[in-house]
Order: sequence, then C-alpha cells, then structure tokens
Amino acid sequence: MTHPGFLWRNPDPRPSYDVVVVGGGGHGLATAYYLARNHGLTNVAVLEKGWLAGGNMARNTTIIRSNYLWDESAAIYEHSLKLWEGLSEDLDYDLQFSQRGVLNLAHNLGDVREGRRRVNANRLNGVDAEWLDADEVRKFCPIVNVSDRARYPVLGATLQRRGGIAKHDHVAWALARKADAYGVDLIQGCEVTGFEITGNRVTGVRTSRGPIAAGKVALASAGHTSVLAERAGLRLPLQSHPLQALVSELLEPVLDCVVMSNAVHVYVSQAHKGELVMGAGIDAYNSYGQRGGFHVIEAQMAAALELFPLFSRVRVLRTWAGIVDVSPDASPIIGATPVDGLYVNAGWGTGGFKATPGSGWVYADTIANGRPHPLAEPFALERFTTGALIDEHGAAAVAH
Amino acid sequence: MLLLDCPHCGPRDENEFHYGGQAGVPYPQAPAELSDQEWAAYVFLRDNPKGWFRERWFHTHGCRTWFTVERHTVTHEIRKAP
Amino acid sequence: MRFTFDGRPLQGEPGDTLAAALLRNGVRVVGRGVESGRPRGVFSAGPEEPNALVRVGADPMLAATTVELYDGLEAWSLSGKGRVDLGAADDRRCDKGYLHCDVLVVGGGPAGLAAAAAARGARVILLDDQPRLGGDLLNSRVLLDGAPALDWVDSLDLSGVRVLTRTTAVGYHDHGYVVAVERRARGERLWHIRARRVVLATGAHERSLAFPGNDRPGVMLASAARAYVNRYGVLPGRRAVVFACADSGYEAAGDLRAAGVEIAAIVDPRPEGLTADALAGQVVTGTTAGPDGVLTGVRVGERHIEADLLAVAGGWNPAVHLFSQSQGRVRFDEASQAFVPHVSAQAERSAGACRGLYGTREAIADGHAAGREAAGSAARELRVPECDERPPRPPAALWLVDGDGDEPAFADLHRDVTVADLARATGTGMRSVEHVKRYTTAGTGADQGKTSGAVVVGVMSALLGTTPGQVGTTTFRPPYTPVSFATLAGRDRGALSDPVRTTAMHASHVAAGAVFEDVGQWKRPRYFPLDGEPMEAAVQRECRAARTSVAAMDASTLGKIDVRGADAGVFLDRIYTNMYSTLAVGACRYGLMCRADGMVFDDGTTTRLADDHYLMTTTTGNAAAVLDWLEEWRQTEWPRLDVSLTSVTDHWATVVVAGPKARRVIAAVAPGALGLPFMRYAETDVLGVPGRVFRISFSGELAYEVNVPWPYGRALWEAVLGLGAVPYGTEAMHVLRAEKGFAIVGQETDGTVTPHDLGMSWIVSPRKPDFVGRRSHARPDTARDGRKRLVGLLADDPATPIEEGAQLVRGGPGAPMLGHVTSGYASAALGRTFALAMVRDVVPGDRLTAVSGTAAHGVTVVEPVLYDPDNARRDGDPLEEDAPALLGGLPARESPAAAFAGRFAAASGPSARLRELPFEPMWEVRGADPGVGLRLGPSWWLVAGDAVPGPGWVDVSGQRTILELSGPAADDVLITGCPVDLHPDVFPGHAQTFLGKTSVILERRTSGVYRIHVRSSFTSYLAEWLLDAILAL
Repeated sequence: MTHPGFLWRNPDPRPSYDVVVVGGGGHGLATAYYLARNHGLTNVAVLEKGWLAGGNMARNTTIIRSNYLWDESAAIYEHSLKLWEGLSEDLDYDLQFSQRGVLNLAHNLGDVREGRRRVNANRLNGVDAEWLDADEVRKFCPIVNVSDRARYPVLGATLQRRGGIAKHDHVAWALARKADAYGVDLIQGCEVTGFEITGNRVTGVRTSRGPIAAGKVALASAGHTSVLAERAGLRLPLQSHPLQALVSELLEPVLDCVVMSNAVHVYVSQAHKGELVMGAGIDAYNSYGQRGGFHVIEAQMAAALELFPLFSRVRVLRTWAGIVDVSPDASPIIGATPVDGLYVNAGWGTGGFKATPGSGWVYADTIANGRPHPLAEPFALERFTTGALIDEHGAAAVAH
Repeated sequence: MLLLDCPHCGPRDENEFHYGGQAGVPYPQAPAELSDQEWAAYVFLRDNPKGWFRERWFHTHGCRTWFTVERHTVTHEIRKAP
Repeated sequence: MRFTFDGRPLQGEPGDTLAAALLRNGVRVVGRGVESGRPRGVFSAGPEEPNALVRVGADPMLAATTVELYDGLEAWSLSGKGRVDLGAADDRRCDKGYLHCDVLVVGGGPAGLAAAAAARGARVILLDDQPRLGGDLLNSRVLLDGAPALDWVDSLDLSGVRVLTRTTAVGYHDHGYVVAVERRARGERLWHIRARRVVLATGAHERSLAFPGNDRPGVMLASAARAYVNRYGVLPGRRAVVFACADSGYEAAGDLRAAGVEIAAIVDPRPEGLTADALAGQVVTGTTAGPDGVLTGVRVGERHIEADLLAVAGGWNPAVHLFSQSQGRVRFDEASQAFVPHVSAQAERSAGACRGLYGTREAIADGHAAGREAAGSAARELRVPECDERPPRPPAALWLVDGDGDEPAFADLHRDVTVADLARATGTGMRSVEHVKRYTTAGTGADQGKTSGAVVVGVMSALLGTTPGQVGTTTFRPPYTPVSFATLAGRDRGALSDPVRTTAMHASHVAAGAVFEDVGQWKRPRYFPLDGEPMEAAVQRECRAARTSVAAMDASTLGKIDVRGADAGVFLDRIYTNMYSTLAVGACRYGLMCRADGMVFDDGTTTRLADDHYLMTTTTGNAAAVLDWLEEWRQTEWPRLDVSLTSVTDHWATVVVAGPKARRVIAAVAPGALGLPFMRYAETDVLGVPGRVFRISFSGELAYEVNVPWPYGRALWEAVLGLGAVPYGTEAMHVLRAEKGFAIVGQETDGTVTPHDLGMSWIVSPRKPDFVGRRSHARPDTARDGRKRLVGLLADDPATPIEEGAQLVRGGPGAPMLGHVTSGYASAALGRTFALAMVRDVVPGDRLTAVSGTAAHGVTVVEPVLYDPDNARRDGDPLEEDAPALLGGLPARESPAAAFAGRFAAASGPSARLRELPFEPMWEVRGADPGVGLRLGPSWWLVAGDAVPGPGWVDVSGQRTILELSGPAADDVLITGCPVDLHPDVFPGHAQTFLGKTSVILERRTSGVYRIHVRSSFTSYLAEWLLDAILAL
C-alpha cells in the first residue's frame, strides 16, 4: 500500500496548551484527534517520551472485537468497533481493517457455558455473536485441529464475524496525521517528569524539554501510568506486567480468521504481509523491562501446535514484550482523578488496541466537558471503593 | 526465566514459583472499623514502582515456602530483602 | 549427493550447504523479491541470508546457506514467503534439555575456542552453529604459526568442555539464561543453559551498502565469496569485481584469484588502495544484467566492467545480537563505522570480532583473556599463535551510492526496501529508526536486519544529515535465528502437552466405556453409557439409580487437605465464612471461603477428625489454588498460629455411594460406618483396609463418601459396582445437586458472587469478628439490595430444555438482561426440565424469558430447591434383611504404575533402566525434625519405609509412587525435563522440582540411580513422559 507522503511536523513545545495529553500511543493520539475533531480543542499537545506509538501500540497483536460479557464493557467496546468500521474513511488512510471473524475456542464444559452465556449477552446488547459447535468451527477455520483425541479437544467456539484485525502502525500514523493537521503538537522525545499542582488543581507539567502549562492534563500512558500518577501524588489500582507476542516468518496465506483460545493460552492471526502474529498470557511478575520469560513463549507454541499441528515447521522470527497495566477487574479506569484537571485513562491491560478509537472518543468527551461520558461512567475509579466492579476476567484472560 | 534464590532450596527457575506481588501489606487489624476507602486500599492498591520492589514469591513446586526479595522491575536484578 | 531444486536433479558434495551446492551447479537465481519480484541469488554464506530463502522438504522457508545438504534433499524457490504444506506430517522428534555451567562460550571461532581452552578448568560449555569448530577459520586461508589455521583448532585441548556443534544460541535472557537450538537429523533440541558467566564470541557479519542494482544474482558479500571458494571449493563466478570499502575485500580478492577466479577490478572508495591495481577513490555506481536478471557487469562511474560476480566488502558489523538481548548497551564506533558493545548488563564479556577486534591473533588473545577472566582460579594458560595477517585499515564511511538512473538501490533485500522508500519515510516527518523500520518494513525480514540494519541506519543518517550513532539501532530481539514452533514445543505434544491426571479407578472407567470430561488436568467420567445409549438417557438412568436404589461415583478428584495443630480451628474460622472451632469431633460441616474481595472462592466439607485435626475438602479444579491460598495466610499473615497443612488428595481414593439403598453396599464394604448419623465421619475398615467414611450428601439422598488409600481404590470401586451400585458421572452428579438447589463454585459463581447472593447468608457466621472477605460484604455495592441471587427456573413447557448460558429478560429481547441460566437439566425425578440461574430483581412466581441464540422460552422463577425441600430422603431406606454380607478377603492393591511394568521392562536397556519400586509406607512430617527421611522444606519431611510414626505424622502411603531410573544415561534422560543442576558437586542428593510438566521429588541414591517420587494421579503422565524420553535418547 502507499502511505501519505506527509504525516506530522516535529514541533518544539509551546509554553502553554489547553490540554496536555501525556503519552503518544494509540489512546493518546486518538484522544487528541477526537479533542480536535469532536470538541474543537486544537490547542493540544501530545507529549511522548520516546517515539509516537512506540509502546504497546507497536507491540500488540491487533485483534479487534467487542464481544465482552458485561453490559458496560460491551457498550464501550462496541462503540469502538463501530468507530473502527468507519475509521479508514474518517482518517483517510488504509488501516487494513479486516473483519475476518474472531473465534474464541472452548475446550471444556465450563468454557462452553461461559461462551454461550457471552454470545447470548452479546446478541441482546446488539453485538454480533454466534455459537459454533466443533464441526462448525472446522468449517469456518479448516486448519484448526478439532480432533476429539486432542489433549483438550475443541468443543465449540464463539464467533464474532465483525471482529478482526487492523494494521496497528497505520492506525497510529493516521490518527497522528489528522491530529497534526488540526494543529495538535505531537512532541516526541519529551518525558513528563512532574506535575505543577496549585491547590488541588493541575496547572502544568514539567518535562525533559522544560515546563509546559496546561489547562487540563490527560494521562494516556498505559504501563507507565503508575509511575506518572505517583509523580502527581496518586496511587492507582494498577500493576504493570510484561506481555509477550511474536511473529513467524512471512508465509503465503494459510489462516484467514483470528483464533483465540483461553484454556490453552494462545491467540493467532495472519497479518496482511503474511506473518503469523501470536500472543500468550502475561508474565506473572511486575516489570517495566519490556521483556518476558522465554518459557512463556515455549508454552505458547506448544499450545499453538495443539490447535494447529500443521504449523509445526513454521518458524518464530521475532519475539517481544509490551508493558500492560492491569486493573483488579481487568477493566479500564477512565475519568477524573482526585486532582482537579488531571484525568486518567488506564488499566486496559491486555486489550487496549481494540479500544483505541472508542477509548479516545469517550476520554476526549470526558476531558472536554469535565464530566464522564456516559459510556465511561461505569469505569470510574470509585468502583473499587463501592465494589461495583466490572469483572471481565473470564473474557480478558486472553483479551486481545 | 528468572532465577530465584529460594531460602531453603537455593537458586531455582522462576516457573517453580508463584508470584505474590508487593511484600509487607499486612491484613488490617480490624477490618470492620475501616472506611470503605481504607478497605479498598487494602484489597486493591499495591505499589507498582519502576525500580526496586519488595515482593513475595512462593516456592509452589519446591519447599512451599513464602519469602521476600527485592527485585528491580527494569533490570530484573534481584537482591536479598533487608 | 543427489538433490533437486525446483524439480531439477542436481549433484552436490558432502559438506556442502544447499547454497554451496546450488552455486556448484551454476544456479544463480534462487528466488524472487517479495515485493519487486526481481530475481535474487545467494548473497551470504551464513544465517544472515536475505535472498536464498527456499522451501526444503516440508519446511516452509529456510535459508539455503544454513541447510546442510543430504542425499535426496528436495528444495524449491520462493518469492520471499514460505509455503505451509497442508498435507505434510511432521515426524521429527524435537526435544529440550537443561544445562548448567560456570562458563558458557558462544561461538567456536578463534576467540571462542581460545576462551573455552583457557576456561576449561571450570565447567565450560562451548556452542557453535557449524558442523565443526573453527568459525571464520573454516572460510579463510590464514596461517597460524605458519600452518593452516585448522591445525591450530585441532591442536587445542578442550577436554572437559561440553562442546555442542550445529548449535545456535538464539536467546540471552535475564540471570545468565541462554537458549540454544541444536540441529539434529531426528529433530532439533532446545537447550536451556544457566551460566554463571558468558563469553560471547559471536563474530561479525560483513555488510553491503546501498548502490543501484545491488540486488542482482551475482552480487554477494566478499566474505561469502571467499567462503565458497575456500571452504566448499565452489566458484561463485568466473570474473569478479570486488567493491572493497574495507580491506577484507582484498583478502577475498586474493582468495578468489588463488581459486581461479579472474579479478576484473577492485573498487576502493578510500583515497588509497591496498594494492596498486585498485581503483582507489571510486565507487560502484550500478550493475547490468542479462535477460535472466543475472549480473553481467558493474558500472564504476562511466566505466562498465564485465563481471558475473560482484563481491562487496562494505565493512563489518559485530554480531551484538545476544549482547543486546542481555540488555547490554552498544555504542557507535567511528573508526570501524559499526555498533560495538559498550556496557554489559550481565556477567558477560564479548571477545574477538563481536566487539570489533577483527584480526585472528587479536581475537585469540582476546578470547584467551575472556576465558581466563571467566574461569577465575580454574583458568588455564594458552599460547597465542603468530598470524600472517596485516592489520586492517578503517573502512570507508560509505552507506549509499546515488544512482543516476531508475535502477533501485536496496537497503533490505528480503523486504525489498529501497533507498527511495527510506527517503519517503523520512520525508513524512519520521525521525526515529523505529518508525522508518515500521513504515518501510526494513529490518523485519527473514534475516531480521542482519544484512540491512546497518545499511538502513547509514542511509538514514545520510538522508537526515546526521550520524549513524545519532540515529541508533532498532532493538535486537530473540531469537537470533528463526526457531520452528515444534522446536519450542519439544516433547510437550499431544498427550504430553499437559499432564493427564487420573484416579485409581481410571482403568475401570475406561473399560466400562465411560465418556470423560476434562476438569482442570483431570479426566473425570461424565457418564457411563450402556451400549449405544445417548447421553441424556444415560444421565437419566444414572440419576434414577441414585434416587431410587443405589449409585456410585468416583469422587477421588476432590481436593483433600489435612489440617493439624492446636490452632487449626481458629485458622479455619478465619478462612471460612462459618465456624469450625466449635465443630464437634467426628462431625462434618459444609463451608464457603471467600477472597478478600468478598466473592466466593471455593467450597467443600470439612470434618473434625480430632481436637487438633481437620480434613478439608475442596473443589476438583481449585484444589491446588486453595492449598496455596491457605499457605499464604498461614505463612505470611498468621505465622504464630500452630497449624500445618498437608495435601492428601492423591493418598485417598473416594467412592460416593448414594441412594436410598446405599446401606446395602456399606454393609458389605464398611459395616463399621452403618450407624453413622448424617454429617458424621468414622475411621473404619473398608474391605478390611483402614479407611474413612463420611456421611455427607451432595444429592439429597442417603450417601457415604468412602475413602481408602489409593492402591485399593479400584478394588473398592469394582466391589461397590459388584454389589449393584450403578456408576454415575459428573453430569448426573450435577443434575442431582441442582435438583436440591446446591450451587457449584465456578458454575453458579463467576468471581462476582457472594455467599449472600447464593442465598447462603445462613453460612456467614454473625458470631465471628472477622473472616477473609467479610469486610467486603459491607461495601455499598456489595451490600445493596437488588443484586443477582440464586433462583430456580421452570420452563412453561416442561419438556423444553433451558439452556445454560441463556440470558434472562423480563418480556422480550430489548429489555435489560437480569441474569443468566447457570445450570439447566432434564430431571427424571421431577419429570421435567429445570434450571438454576443468577438473576436480579425477581421473586418466586415472576415470569421471565430465557433467550438463547434465536430461541426464547417463557420461564417462571421458583425457589432453587426443587426436590425434597424438607430433606426427607436424607436417611434412605433401612438396611434390608437380605443385605449382602461383608465382603471377605483383603482386596488387591494396585499401584498407579502397575500397568506400565511391561513397558518399563521393554524400554530398559544397558543405557537406562526404568522400574517401579515396591510399595513402602510413607508419612509427611511437619514441625520438629523426625531425624529420618528426606527434608522437603524448612519444617517438612517425607519419611518412607520401616519407621514408627510419631504423633502428627500424616500417612501419605498412597500419595506418591516411586519410579527408579538408573543407568549411565539416567542423567541424559532427566536433563530433558528437569531444570535443576544434577552435577554431583551441586545437587544436594534430593530436590523437589519439575520433571516434564509435573512436580516430583527427585532423589539420587548413588551415581546414576535416581528415585522419582511422583504424585499418584500424575504417575501415568510421568511414566509416559519417561518412556518417551528414553525412546528419544
């Protein structure tokens, strides 16, 4: 494909902005874009300590779906999926968004119950979902091993046909390009080292490139949210973990849908260019190291071969890790913080990519209007005090 | 695969252990007397530093002992917890 | 050696790589560009190959430069993408291995060899990716002490060093952990090496540069051309131009000339050539090709020089991949125009060319120093030989030659990325090499940037007017070279992909034709169909037996935890929501436990066996998690409580005998339990063996849980069935409990349900000050009205099944979901279908719609207990006069490994022997040192054999099976799945660790004789694993 010939300026930071977004990943860029597009806020800076979209946006397995269990989750992810369906056009960029269908395999009777429950909830929530038995799984994805002699045979699967994949880098660059065109300053190599807080209101940020005043400050820093929050005197219920993924060598087309398996911990799709893109569960320990244990990869490949014995001689080309910020209920935290003017959008854990446009949309709305967007409201920080959690562990164990 | 020095068994591979997160978060003396916020802090809030971290490990597949180490969350270097 | 390429029969020589053999046969075009479709030829002689990517047999894509030729090899060209053969079975036997050493040397070239020889007094492992040691010396004609360099290699004393050839280190991870792939004909082996110190002697990769037409077949790295003539005796061309940005080009020119290749020109961009005939101060500006795309000539400015080989010496890139993976930092070295190791992050030292020392003698001296340093006092001296090389001059700082025509100049050959592509990327505003990599895909190809990375950085620096050092590198990521999925899986395939846990009765279930379900790792019978019987009929029949006569279920999988100590009751009071310290000795009580967030975590029955002694049962799936949870509280929160915990799950085999006529069976197998009241337990003989019987019921019927040690489990089961009990599986068990409204953790609950939500407020003690999770029940959202609660549902049509997972709405679709169906069954006892559900805002009598898929059924909310709400059936029928008499004679004991005796014998040979050891009584001892046995933890021992049990010793005679592995290859078997160091100086005699995917106690009796204590339910898995490992030797 051909990319646009121009993407972004490389401006120096100005002394002051209406909104400073901390973090130039997918969610930060989407937030800046929708602040400009939906709310006319263009005196906005996105501060990125490294290079744009170089964190989890560059490292995820690009799976997009909205078939979450609980009403609150389904609403925000479905909002996101609807945005995806018009995003290439909206951003005037080929995002290689491919609604090729996402299978979530069931390997035991508990999986089957959970899957059916989720399918039924999805359908009533207006999210497309189907339950497939093992034979239907084989018809939809003929290379999956549905033999009943497998160690954990495939008993069925949920299918969201509107789910699929997109090219993560294109998404980031497309959002960046549009935000830049609206006048948003995308400032790379600019690390936020502290916050100016007067009374209980944030008035700016200190950065590696000098102080910047801000009317509002919006954290969109994924795995580093805790580090930044601490600099603002906040503790958040987040833990940062490595999450690994890998690609194979380039292959001619062999797999035309997304296959995920909770019970055997693997998910796989084939990217447009031909590589298999695969991921596994998170590493157990807290880390900011952007690397994980190799045993996790080994277990993941053993699991993959149970599902796809014909990949036995396919080779792993590259492995890597991102840092995911995991919340206690595997759902995000979106909204105001105890510091006036300081907002947080974090805790997307292993599933942030699919939420990129939806998250940016509701976050921008929340920031612009100084009150939670209705879809964001259930995801406020208070839920950990009241106990009104949105526990998506069932869906999020491999929620990519 | 980290190498953890179990106080009983000596150095062993990480996958013999279960991770226990932040060390030194005691169960409150009288939970009933805590506010909802204080209780939520005990249940859900844990440190998440970028740097040295006092954390617990359980030697699940060995001597079944819980122990505490300090580990750097960027370099993964491990030292004995003071 | 015969082989075919694209179906053409060809002939190669032993020792050839496929690439060498193709060149030997004059094959110039071996593939096509993935985007451009342009013809491509062999470019390198090693793992950095970006062009010669071919399909070999069933392998979708391999670098021809790394494939050792074998007779009958079949290869096909590709267009940069591999092709998966949908029909091919993979019959390789891949494996793994775990090694430990003081010094790991990666690379068997001059530096690595010197390091290994110097360090050999320590425990040393030397890895090299080639079939024989020597590294670059294999490709060169250099003399050491006046003799061929390989003589020096052969003269080295490497005794005591574990040398692994054909082995590529692919990953260098935290804490000295190096992962390497050994290529073996039968399948690769993935080595996991834990090293105290690592010497990296990984050499350097020669690089090309970007000039127009630099991708044509016939354009090759100068070092590769040299390797083909020197090592393989293959001429990669007849008439060559050498583009010598570095002096290695002259060395290649000399070797090519000596082999009979005409050197048409040496083009050296530097002001002065090394030889008088060099075209100094000039550059290659383009190439020409024939109709097949193969090189016919080289342009140097206005001149056109006919040539079929262009050997490019662009300079060298130290192979810093492993160094970088180990988190070491690199810096750009202006003199050598390359990134070199700067700051180490681990106990590591780079030596030789991989840190920019390119002379052979310098590399040997550096390797020697590195080896000595790593080995410390165990180091040996080595004389550094004299060498005939001249020190190289600095290379030209040249990355890019502009063309005047349309001919593309490639930066990445595999991904077909040109200088124009890179310019387009920087033109968009991208400044980061990471962005440019992603925008263009440069560096993401099969060679992962080995040939392109430096060129991209160099070209970017030229485009942006900066230096390569300022542009920096992208991150080097594992694996160093691609690794097949099967290699990473090793033997964890099929039945061994995850342990299958089985009960003592498993063989009996299999013989009975049971249909199994997976519950965690366990195989549990779901139902026992009679000939051709469908599931629903079988389940109804099994339920009917339990409700009307007598039925039996294998409940051995339930977790069983022995809880002892003066504070055992206090401990349980804190863990469970209800009271245990007040429980009478001999009584059983059902309990729920919550996590700190107040949500139900597990349930089960706990019995007080003595004042200071309880037996807890857990759900099957949660058994290990509950034990870990209890240990966490015991050790980290309440260390002063006198309580100890011992899993006895595998010690006991459990048969539930349920039904109004259960006493008939009990009378014959355990008459001592006949008088038991409900929720009481008896320690009594079962079939004459000391056992335990609990009168508890999960079905509402008269029921006994009869426990015997594992070896008697099958005998008990078959005796019970012989007495007329109908076997039933988990499905009937689920129906029976649901009819009684009993919830199942993990089915009715999903981590969001409190005991109150289950309608079990009665089990939450108001008398206790606290229990884990109690405070959470008082949070606003958890305490509010209107939460979902457990109810029963009846469909309007009694024959209509209510599907599990159906969502419940009031009215039709469009109304909010109020909850969902957690369990749904057809009930023989009720003569209708029914369901359990978690629903909010309903009262009995409410009408709801159950929506599942496209179906919607009217249902009515009822109380969850649908069968025998008054518990009238709990005591069953009195014992009849004609009840069977006590079965006589001690039952046969059967060990978990009994069925393997023949296969063990057959697999045993001179190198390895495997057998099961005869039964021994065993105890686990906690607290004070018993003075005998194996110490398993700080205050934990396993005592076996002729001991007199002390107070508090837990009988675990049935818990473990002991297998004995012996013979000279015993260690070779164990290291394929045991991660601990078995070296006699290190191994403490016994250890609890992993073997394959299960925990074991590994005990070395004498050299080469091991006892492996394995949990009984894992015995079958481990036996299969060991047999497979012996077979794989």
